[in-house]
Amino acid sequence: MRVTGAGLLALALAGAAWAGAARAPVLDAPRGEQCVEDAATMRRSHMDFLRHQRDETVHRGIRGARHSLAGCIECHANAKDGAVLGSPSHFCQGCHAYVAVKLDCFECHSSRTRAAQAGRPASSP
Amino acid sequence: MNPVDAGRRDFLGRSAAFAGVALAPGVVLYEIALARETGKAASPAVRWGMLVDTTRCASGCTACVDACHAEHGIPAAVRPTDAQWIRKVELKDLRTGAIRSAPVMCQHCAEPPCVDVCPTGASFKRADGIVLVDRHTCIGCRYCMMACPYKARSFVHEPTTGQKTDTPRGKGCVESCNLCVHRVDKGGAPACVEACAQAGHRAIVFGDLNDPASEIAVRVRAATTTQLRADLRTDNGVLYQGL
Repeated sequence: MRVTGAGLLALALAGAAWAGAARAPVLDAPRGEQCVEDAATMRRSHMDFLRHQRDETVHRGIRGARHSLAGCIECHANAKDGAVLGSPSHFCQGCHAYVAVKLDCFECHSSRTRAAQAGRPASSP
Repeated sequence: MNPVDAGRRDFLGRSAAFAGVALAPGVVLYEIALARETGKAASPAVRWGMLVDTTRCASGCTACVDACHAEHGIPAAVRPTDAQWIRKVELKDLRTGAIRSAPVMCQHCAEPPCVDVCPTGASFKRADGIVLVDRHTCIGCRYCMMACPYKARSFVHEPTTGQKTDTPRGKGCVESCNLCVHRVDKGGAPACVEACAQAGHRAIVFGDLNDPASEIAVRVRAATTTQLRADLRTDNGVLYQGL
């Protein structure tokens, strides 16, 4: 089986169990060395992290903690269009479509990096 | 003032001037002092406020409104029901003919009626006096819009596009001026204040009303200022001079 470089990175990050699953989505390669938590924890609990931190930030004004949605987007956005939505390989959309979980965040939140919003070219992964 | 106090004041004044010079261009001393540490919650010792000097506000200038829209990704209003966070208002005294121009936005009341009526707790006042809507819990009932004496709040009727990272906005929620809370938390000033200064008017001053040394506290002490609808005793954080 031939695997492309991007595919290999995505699969390596996704972990053995995930890679073994039938027709697992091939997602955009993230930027940076590692995520704020390990992949299995993030896959299961990212929404709990986000929900906890959003209350701390909105109501108490605590900024700069590690589990931020804006932080997710900055690393996981597509290298070309700077977005996490748009095609089955875009990070958030690809996985949520695969597991059939509705994705509400981006009804209000921007799905693009700050650079993409400002019209600057997206940086390389 | 006795001679010792005069000497001390002179010394402090000179050392402050020296500190100001020593800093890099564009970095202002008070901004560093105001920036909150990462992981720290908003302090109840602070009361953020704005002073609008209507004698300096130029009729016809919309720099503050344009900057607000650009900062928060709000499209230009097409329908009368489209969102509006800040608006320019002209007041004419019919007796004297005096005309005053001023921006009106959320007044960031100490006793906000919008918070009193909110059935879900989505409308709330932060510890440092900034009145916000938590869109995660807003159900779009619009009680707060009816309660607000300043018509500061808008309901988003249409799906939104082009949101900014720091200002999520979506259909079905109420929203209003958030005093550029993302900038304030980093030690900056709201976009309208910066835009007004850049336009050369400097009609809006932002700062901590509780800090006696802040520019806004000094100005408020020196001049006569009014709160809009002071009779309602909402104790607004936005003050107007020259109305």
